[in-house]
Amino acid sequence: MMDKSIIEEIYMLMVLGRQFEYAAKEHYMAGDISGFLHLDIGQEALSVAAMKAFDHGDVFTTYREHVMAIARGIEPKAVMAELFGKSTGVSKGQGGSMHLFDPSHFFYGGDAIVGGHLPNAVGCAYARKFQESEQGVLALFGDGASNGGAFFESLNIASAWKLPLLFLCENNQYAIGTKITRVAPFLEQRKKAEPYMRTMEVDGNDALAVYETIREAQSYIQKGHGPIFVEAMTYRYEGHSVSDPATYRSAEEVEIWKHKDPIERMRKVLQERFDYGTSDLEAINKKAQERVDEALVFAKESPEAGVEILYDHVFKEVNHVVS
Amino acid sequence: MLYREALNRAIDECMAIDATVVLLGEDVGLYGGSYRVSEGLVAKYGEKRLIDTPIAELSIVGNAVGMAIGGLRPIAEIMTANFALLAFDQIINHMSKYHYMSAGKITLPMVVRFPQGVSKQLAAQHSESYEQMLAAVPGIHVFAASDVNYAYHALKKAILMDDPVVFIEHELLYNKKGEVDFNADLDPFKARLVKEGKDVTIVSYLKMVDDVMAMLPALEEETGKSYEVIDLQSLNPVDYETLKTSLEKTGRLVMVEEDHAMGGYGAQIVSWVAEKMFYALDAAPLRIAGENVPIPYNRKRELASIPTPEKIKDRIIAWGAENGL
Repeated sequence: MMDKSIIEEIYMLMVLGRQFEYAAKEHYMAGDISGFLHLDIGQEALSVAAMKAFDHGDVFTTYREHVMAIARGIEPKAVMAELFGKSTGVSKGQGGSMHLFDPSHFFYGGDAIVGGHLPNAVGCAYARKFQESEQGVLALFGDGASNGGAFFESLNIASAWKLPLLFLCENNQYAIGTKITRVAPFLEQRKKAEPYMRTMEVDGNDALAVYETIREAQSYIQKGHGPIFVEAMTYRYEGHSVSDPATYRSAEEVEIWKHKDPIERMRKVLQERFDYGTSDLEAINKKAQERVDEALVFAKESPEAGVEILYDHVFKEVNHVVS
Repeated sequence: MLYREALNRAIDECMAIDATVVLLGEDVGLYGGSYRVSEGLVAKYGEKRLIDTPIAELSIVGNAVGMAIGGLRPIAEIMTANFALLAFDQIINHMSKYHYMSAGKITLPMVVRFPQGVSKQLAAQHSESYEQMLAAVPGIHVFAASDVNYAYHALKKAILMDDPVVFIEHELLYNKKGEVDFNADLDPFKARLVKEGKDVTIVSYLKMVDDVMAMLPALEEETGKSYEVIDLQSLNPVDYETLKTSLEKTGRLVMVEEDHAMGGYGAQIVSWVAEKMFYALDAAPLRIAGENVPIPYNRKRELASIPTPEKIKDRIIAWGAENGL
């Protein structure tokens, strides 16, 4: 049974995550943020609860990772500053929205080649097993990644070598604008993993269920049973990225999912199980908004490094410039 | 010592020095490597460090990237260059970019090794060269070992270095004999002056260096001129200083490479010389490269598709005659 403090923390991070994403969208529209911006709105239960449940271990994830980064413990300020391309950003403005890396939090977020990070997660899981570490690895990916070669190679190797790797499929049913069932024989991507490993499914919009499931899966891989596959069904309210109007989905479909809103569901838990009143919930909203505002001020006021750092970090040891 | 033994020794010594060094690839463990480079190592270091992988090149390099993130020092062996194409996503999108995209927070101390080039009638899918593509990618050092001494020292430095390295070998060099100076402190980024000369600078790398040297006595005798031969060794970065010094002396450049002429690696060298050293030149540079065809199986046509010692000599003589050498 989850205790009150962790439930409160998850709720707080979900609210913070959603407000962060809306703020990012607003500042994208205003021109402060550029490039591709993939919002996590609607999927916060999965992003936050999975990160909180997988409390130690390495996390490899995709380009839709702002909320995960924050849930992992990276300061919202550093994430927002990265979106603004500032030198105080998580990746000093070298990576942007899609590339938030922080090894101090064992967070290798933001690979933007769909499925390309899965072999990296497999390799890291090999390293952890090699080091006889208790730490396992979590690899999060979307339903779109589960049709590519890297995915199948990774299932095969992780299974053959019994690696401590948790495959977490965030199935939001759309690969940009293509519905998964148009390009795969079935909706449930875990069916592809069944010959290789134990699989589990969870309602990705139910934060408590996600938390409990990931806990169980983490404990399974840590015990040396090999990899496990968890599939979480969820839905993104926004388009693939901010520039996608998402005309490929019906308004009714979006409405159906909005009725399963993960934040609303957690709010009910707090009200029914812990007697949260309107003022308690308001206080959380306010606190989240303060952190987002603080992140925005920080991002705006942070310095922007100039072109003098263009060649920094191409290499660590021998930095050569070929003219 | 043979070239493959030098590579073996480099890996062996690195494994002895650093317990995080691992080698992964197809048949690298129990089989000893398809070119016997890892022969005997599994008995010394075990299957945990000599990792036999499935035939899945994307994963071989992709797993090595993850191992490096996780604190190991992996060497990924790919059986041949054409198979490495399956891993180009990992080499180009991941291995070369994580350090930069993370502003230096992630370091990837790893090596990807593979042989390339025309061996003997292995046909179009086992004979090609890809240094031109890899040298064009920022974020990876590209070494090409022609010399046995370089093979040993450069591989060792590549393994122990914190930057990602692509280490290119050649199918026909594995049984080449050479001396290794174990006490030398070799700089893997430096070109090698193979032979001194004063009239023409011949620049090459990998097996073509041997082909150049094979015809050189005859060329010098027939033309009465003296040729300087440079083995680039490091293809990115390029040791332009060594080229500059040589060309200031000779004023004439011949570039010899095995890859296809179109977009071939030597085009970069000729371009640099044309841009930076135009007024030091006494003649238009000569570029000798492979034909723009897939490598054919038939031996006669296979040899017709790449430079050979005889062709290199004939082209240089004809070029010399046209340019008043």
